[in-house]
Amino acid sequence: MFVYADNAATTAMSKAAVDAMLPALHDLYGNPGSLHQKGREANLALMASRRTMAECLGARPEEIYFTSCGTESDNWAITEGARLGAAAGKRHIISDAIEHHAVLHTLARLEKNGFEVTYLPVHENGVVRLEELAAAIRPDTCLVTIMFSNNEIGTLQPIREIGALCREKGILFHTDAVQAVGHVPIDVEKDNIDMLSLSGHKFHAPKGVGALYCRKGIKLQNFIEGGAQERDKRGGTEAIPGILAMAAALKDCCDHMEESMAKVTAMRDKLTEGLRKIPYSHCNGDPDHKAPGIVSFCFEGIEGESLLLRLDMAGICASSGSACTSGSLDPSHVLLALGLPHEIAHGSLRLSLCESNTMEQVDYMLEQIPRVVKELREMSPVWQHMMENAEDPYKSAER
Amino acid sequence: MAMEYSEKVMEHFAHPHNVGVIEDANGVGEVGNAKCGDIMKMYLKINDDEIIEDVKFQTFGCASAIATSSIATDMIKGKPVTEALTLTNKAVVEALDGLPAVKIHCSVLAEQAVKAAVADYYKNKGIPCDSCLCEHCASGGCGCGEEEHDQ
Repeated sequence: MFVYADNAATTAMSKAAVDAMLPALHDLYGNPGSLHQKGREANLALMASRRTMAECLGARPEEIYFTSCGTESDNWAITEGARLGAAAGKRHIISDAIEHHAVLHTLARLEKNGFEVTYLPVHENGVVRLEELAAAIRPDTCLVTIMFSNNEIGTLQPIREIGALCREKGILFHTDAVQAVGHVPIDVEKDNIDMLSLSGHKFHAPKGVGALYCRKGIKLQNFIEGGAQERDKRGGTEAIPGILAMAAALKDCCDHMEESMAKVTAMRDKLTEGLRKIPYSHCNGDPDHKAPGIVSFCFEGIEGESLLLRLDMAGICASSGSACTSGSLDPSHVLLALGLPHEIAHGSLRLSLCESNTMEQVDYMLEQIPRVVKELREMSPVWQHMMENAEDPYKSAER
Repeated sequence: MAMEYSEKVMEHFAHPHNVGVIEDANGVGEVGNAKCGDIMKMYLKINDDEIIEDVKFQTFGCASAIATSSIATDMIKGKPVTEALTLTNKAVVEALDGLPAVKIHCSVLAEQAVKAAVADYYKNKGIPCDSCLCEHCASGGCGCGEEEHDQ
């Protein structure tokens, strides 16, 4: 059996996205900036896509800026939030410890340029506490950037409440919603969001296209100098095929949100319950505040890359936050922020599901994962040391 | 970041040779650090002629850590102890048809594990062994920072 359980890394394109993209690849080759009929045709399609994106997010079309990816949107929003703050003499930013590197590295650059950043802790459940945010706010705080849904452990932050607090204090609020858009309901008005970053390929659009929502009235400066595209703010001829596909994909997700969430949540819960039965396993994140599709576990005594590659041999595509898979010496900063020790964080596994996964695939994963974990433990000196002072659950199960 | 492993690495990772424990081993070495994500434990059964009759390993670590342990045991099995001491991480890398640059430390760990096990054997016999410490460790370059031989 083949199981693609890495939808938080990227998704397959949906039929809606492909259907929207194909005509754009064939016939809709005009430049939306051209005055002739081919240009007007492309421009009409672009405008329709912008309207669709806005409707899906509860925004106005003129508040949607198309970009190349979620990372670009994050860079733009945070850099601009900081610049606007500095212009008013405010140079303090609040974020949290488990943000994506697109946010963390942008903040690190700002820190080098004289900004001060407070990184809120997320505690063992991976959720920011509102009272800690309130306590961190200073008179010179200009920007709060907190992600909607975490890419590794799937925790959902209390975005609406964070947004309300920021609005009350007159602080700009940006959220990296790359893992949330298309998966959970979002309404930028009700959720009190000033800026929101999204990426198409996380919800069945192709790679290479994203968007930034920026509330009207926030005076964004140009991110890419050039032509008059994106309200003069971001030069570069619009990626029409990708944009059309992204709008169609998002509309498709939003039209089926309720049923998809129910289906994916049921699969996630079964998978979680099954994996909890593996001895010395830890389920990461907060079960009460969790994105529908993300399952994150740590298995003691084994290392994540081995687990990942042995699962790959069994036809299961998954992901891990171990140091070996990240290419650095440390395991994922997200798992460490939960307070997990390095040696346990090395044994992490992330399975991310979408609506095209099936219960049969969940059952198959529940056969294969415990088998692979057991095999790797059997050759692990760490597991052997652990079992010197404990009863080996595998041996006692055999008796 | 996708990692390209050679077929040889994947073969040894999927079906590692000489996995396990030797209960009556007369040389045991454990190197690495769980914090860094790699630990290798090597068991040697060395006979009176100083030939490595049997060798087994246990490894906690990534695919290349398992593969380097596996091939290192193949390379020293049936060989005189003195020859095992000449095993280099470079030879391990070559035998695996190469390793990604970020995984070279796994081959260093395999060399260290063999040397630590031989050192243990000599220690048990009360014989000093100058060549039991690998060059990397002698020069202070052990894997991920503060990692040291556990012997």
